[in-house]
Amino acid sequence: MPGNKFLATADVAAWLGELSKTMRVFAPRNEGQAVVYREFDAAKGLELRRKPTESAKHALFPRSEELLSFSYLRPAFGAPEKEGETPSDVSQVQVKMPVEPMPTVVFGMLGCDAGSVTTFDPIYDGSKFKDVYYLKKRQATVFIVRACAEVLSTCFCNWVGGDPANTKNADVLATELSDGWLLQPVTERGEKALTSPLLKDAPAASEGQATAIHDNARKSLGDAPNLEGIDAALFSLFADNDFWQRQSAGCLACGTCTYLCPTCHCFSITDETSARNGVRLRSWDTCMASLYTLEASGHNPRSLKAARLRNRVGHKFAYFLRNNDGQISCCGCGRCIKSCPSSVDIRQIVKDALVQAASIAPPPPPQPVAPAAASPKPAAPVKGKGRTKEKANG
Amino acid sequence: MDDELKGAIRKVLPDVDCVIGWGPGPDPLRSAPFFMRKPEEVDAFVVGPLAVNNPAVFLPEYKGKKVGIVVKGCDSRSVVQQIAEGLVKREEVVIIGFPCSGVVDIQKIAAQLGQDIEPGMVTSLSISSDKLTVNVKDTAKTMDMADVRADKCASCQYPNAVVSDEFVGTPKEGKTDDYADLAAFEEKSIDERFAFWEQEMSRCIRCYACRNACPLCVCRDHCVATSREPHWLNQADSTREKLFFQLIHATHLAGRCTGCGECSRACPVGIPVGLFKRTMTRAAARLFDYQAGTNAETVPPLQTFATEEPTIKEREW
Ligand code: SF4
Ligand code: SF4
Ligand code: SF4
Ligand code: SF4
Repeated sequence: MPGNKFLATADVAAWLGELSKTMRVFAPRNEGQAVVYREFDAAKGLELRRKPTESAKHALFPRSEELLSFSYLRPAFGAPEKEGETPSDVSQVQVKMPVEPMPTVVFGMLGCDAGSVTTFDPIYDGSKFKDVYYLKKRQATVFIVRACAEVLSTCFCNWVGGDPANTKNADVLATELSDGWLLQPVTERGEKALTSPLLKDAPAASEGQATAIHDNARKSLGDAPNLEGIDAALFSLFADNDFWQRQSAGCLACGTCTYLCPTCHCFSITDETSARNGVRLRSWDTCMASLYTLEASGHNPRSLKAARLRNRVGHKFAYFLRNNDGQISCCGCGRCIKSCPSSVDIRQIVKDALVQAASIAPPPPPQPVAPAAASPKPAAPVKGKGRTKEKANG
Repeated sequence: MDDELKGAIRKVLPDVDCVIGWGPGPDPLRSAPFFMRKPEEVDAFVVGPLAVNNPAVFLPEYKGKKVGIVVKGCDSRSVVQQIAEGLVKREEVVIIGFPCSGVVDIQKIAAQLGQDIEPGMVTSLSISSDKLTVNVKDTAKTMDMADVRADKCASCQYPNAVVSDEFVGTPKEGKTDDYADLAAFEEKSIDERFAFWEQEMSRCIRCYACRNACPLCVCRDHCVATSREPHWLNQADSTREKLFFQLIHATHLAGRCTGCGECSRACPVGIPVGLFKRTMTRAAARLFDYQAGTNAETVPPLQTFATEEPTIKEREW
């Protein structure tokens, strides 16, 4: 295909170095025993085979992000009053907006990682609300997705519409061949990113070689179970406390699953002040934590971890679907399974939910997944708007 | 031993809400915490080098109910400490012990597998007394258990449950702990050590798995790390704040930590946060002659006051 480029293995670092001159380049590398996405640094190396421990979502959704900074103009404690100064002068606050995001390229993200964008876009770039902080980064970021040659036992992207050579949300698809990388542009933005003289026109046979690698990875994922009706099943189990208590018995209620998850997108906002200056931060939050739902009154609707795990699974496989055209908000990367200190397996919970729901009710009639109106009524407690809409309009 | 342990679990089952142990995990290299309520569920019980998790972490959740728990030696120390601190009532727990031969460290298995094979590619494994063989696709790779055993096992003083109601098997000899790992680390200069921690903590994602996996960390839902009112810790993604939390965690565990290693194991990005606590544990031993989790009748040194500490010379110096 015209536009396909070839990057020799020996030139990868040189090319990323070249890109780094004008852009922020995120790429995976080894740090300790983890593989993390960091700004590219040739001296610290690259890791383009092992699967990254964390997702690449922080390129668009930083762990903590400055929304604005502020300073109170009032004099420091104990400073003499200035002549003619009125109380309103001293209570003034000066607000500064953060600098514009740098153009960014994420090199070597996994196909499932690109799935995060499918979940983030409808929320941060929705029809009702547009989040400028997200939008600016989204518009300035090029995604170079790396096709998986190997899959892990925790991978299940094919259950949820993903693919080891996923091109959805990708700008370029990169496949490692024996002596280098085939770079296939997917979007115009991707094409524009592939102009370096280090990139040669790809030999004709390379596309076939890449396809063979993709097919092989697809095959090793095995067959996907049918998840149809999973949203209705989860809604019907909403009040089945026993089910959720059993599923969550081993859960530690930490933030590992949600923070490593490419599609989890919740945040909290804090003002971090020091003397007269401060920043307003938006930081990752997790529905597995008790504090997430703690109300000002002291009441906590999800004080038990069972309710919190129900929310994590429910949000991905039921609530999000109803609001977003049937889109499951899990991309099947398996990180939450691989890194859970308690070996909690979301696949098993989903399968158990289908079985459990079928055992208490006749299977739901076949239905289009999308419109909520066509679905059976969710169990009573989830009906209210406030409940189904998780934080950040999920 | 597996069958005898299963027998002991079945025997205890009628008297308790559930027995906590280990069951099948999501992949061949991992087991999962397992909560047995019915005799037939006991069939899937797993013990041995994959019984990695510390089941004691769940005990405080069952306050007011009687539960059974199967414990390795290190896990039993957590239970003892929980009892000593009043987090768990002795009469509410039935402890089933066995002689432990050590558990694996999955990160060490990963290191043995080499750069191109990930633990997630392992399709099956078999374990003999001193070897572990994993199959990856069509090839088998055998490693010495000694190379993949968790660090804590090399210096395990209490391989048998310190306290138990049922004990299955012949007790094993314990080893000594000379803190050689700490001594080796301390050979680095202060600057080098600080640079090491800065580098390590920079990849912390503030998930607090280290905190929640700790059987003695019980504030959790009210932890200073995230509390809004009062707002103690800055939420910025900065190494300073992350390190700050670890120092808080380590001081809160001073003289309480039993060295179960769960904090390090739970960390998804492999930060050896247990080292901080080990330093405090050695200090508690030197200063107060105290070893957490060995005697439920004692009070941790920082939760009490003694006019004369046996190992601190307060006069005539
Ligand atoms: S499922 Fe696992 S990773 Fe998620 S909160 Fe529970 S223990 Fe932590
Ligand atoms: S829920 Fe788990 S498997 Fe699904 S996208 Fe998130 S981390 Fe990946
Ligand atoms: S601090 Fe770490 S090693 Fe110590 S008891 Fe807690 S989890 Fe175990
Ligand atoms: S478990 Fe690791 S990543 Fe998570 S908060 Fe603790 S040190 Fe940080």
